[in-house]
Amino acid sequence: MKTYFTDMYEAIVSVAKGMAVTLKHLFKPSVTQQYAADEKPEERWKSLLVPEGLLSDRSRMRLHVKIEDCIGCKQCERACPVDCIYIAAEKRQKDALPIFASDGTAIKLAVPQFDIDMSLCCYCALCVYPCPTDCIVMTPEYEFAESVKGNLLYRYAKDQPSPPAPKKEPVPAAAGGE
Amino acid sequence: MITRQRQIEMKILPVVSVGVVIGVAGLVIAIGALPTIAGLVAGVIESYVPEELRPAVGRGLGVAAIVGFLSQFPIFAIWFERKVAAHTQDRLGPMRVGWHGVLQSFADGIKLLFKEDIIPAEGDKPLFRLAPYLVVAGTFAAFAVIPWADGLVVSDLNIGLMYIVAIGSFNTIGILMAGWASNNKYSLFGGMRSAAQLISYEIPAVITILVVIVQVGSLNLQDVVVAQQGGVFNWFLFQMFPVNLIAFVVFFICGLAETNRTPFDLPEAESELVAGFHTEYSGMRFAFFFLAEYGAMFLVSALTAVLFLGGWQGFLAEPLIPGSLLFVAKTMFLVFVLMWIRWTLPRLRVDQLMAMCWKYLIPIAFVLLLVASFFSL
Repeated sequence: MKTYFTDMYEAIVSVAKGMAVTLKHLFKPSVTQQYAADEKPEERWKSLLVPEGLLSDRSRMRLHVKIEDCIGCKQCERACPVDCIYIAAEKRQKDALPIFASDGTAIKLAVPQFDIDMSLCCYCALCVYPCPTDCIVMTPEYEFAESVKGNLLYRYAKDQPSPPAPKKEPVPAAAGGE
Repeated sequence: MITRQRQIEMKILPVVSVGVVIGVAGLVIAIGALPTIAGLVAGVIESYVPEELRPAVGRGLGVAAIVGFLSQFPIFAIWFERKVAAHTQDRLGPMRVGWHGVLQSFADGIKLLFKEDIIPAEGDKPLFRLAPYLVVAGTFAAFAVIPWADGLVVSDLNIGLMYIVAIGSFNTIGILMAGWASNNKYSLFGGMRSAAQLISYEIPAVITILVVIVQVGSLNLQDVVVAQQGGVFNWFLFQMFPVNLIAFVVFFICGLAETNRTPFDLPEAESELVAGFHTEYSGMRFAFFFLAEYGAMFLVSALTAVLFLGGWQGFLAEPLIPGSLLFVAKTMFLVFVLMWIRWTLPRLRVDQLMAMCWKYLIPIAFVLLLVASFFSL
């Protein structure tokens, strides 16, 4: 008989305690960070980011191309298992000044198109190994989410295509536009 | 980077926000002016409709108004519930569709309208089709006797409380029917549990209603509200302390159980029964169950407000705020408490549910009835 009433008392007290806890949380600022929609991303994302140097240098995140070193050999394009690299290479003019990659390799081809579709990339780094001049690398940069898929098509090429259009049309990028 | 979608949102957002503010203000004014509007409508009816048709036209308009209100109420209530749920868990909830996601329920509703209506091949098809309408009808019909303001009630029944108790059990038949017609063991379990739960919890609920009836001496809901005239301390909640306070708690728990909401949501316990009686429902029929659930929430809150919180009576003896606005405000506060409880307490086991009703609530209710009867002799 005694437990009958103590049980009731305990039920009321514990429910009241629980309700007080939820009421307190109701007026607490929420922890949700609205990732892509935020107008000032840097301010609210900072706490979420992995501090610099915490990720290994060998992390396979965003691809980067040092286009000045590219000799247009297309070995990365061939190595890519998901075909997300699109390269157009053409011979440079004979009277053009000779240029060299940073490791001394002569650059004989101009690269008017060097596109990487990061929305397709599978982060396998198979394109990195065959590169003779080490110009395509994986960086630890992982924060490149976009609201529009087309923005993930990175265009690295700096060379202008030669005035008469090349006979072989460059492969059109699949995920262009919006 | 600002995307094109974001640009469109930024263009629409000010319009939506202004619309929401105007809408809320309009709603508050409309609820406050309900008696005036009803008076105007009554005047129009009196001057244009022949005398023998007047009651029928008046009630028809009342029914239309209530059905209109109740079919729009869940759109707001679902958004509000998601917000309450999110903020108790330190989340934000819907944020993308409109200002703080106010249009989210519209989007969901449109989605539900366009979904395919699937009926199980082995199910009992006529019953399967009928069940959602019964559930909705049972909930909506109870609103006929709810007093919205002084003299503003669709049907001023002398036995209003008995009518509510009787018609309130009606949607259990619908739920049981839905569970049976789905030809699915989980659905049937859900339906059976709902029936067991409602039959058990009806008893303490009716006894606590009796506690109030004994003090008022009438089954008419208008009389119940009039008996609580004269400021906050004349509300039944604070009269005959602590009898009515305990009666209020018992009645609210029973109401919670009858709406099949957490912690009494055994008929739709996700971890055990998939989704309970509405497992097989999709599209608009599923939306009807939702409509009925939120309608029942409003009904229980409205009834509690009428019985214990003075209905349309004000906090002070002299009326400062329109009665209809006070009534809706009290009801909405109780709806918030229902949501608050839902996102605080875990679900009970079946035996705990029955033990709570038969071992605790019913004896307490009987003692309360005895004490109340003794003092109101």
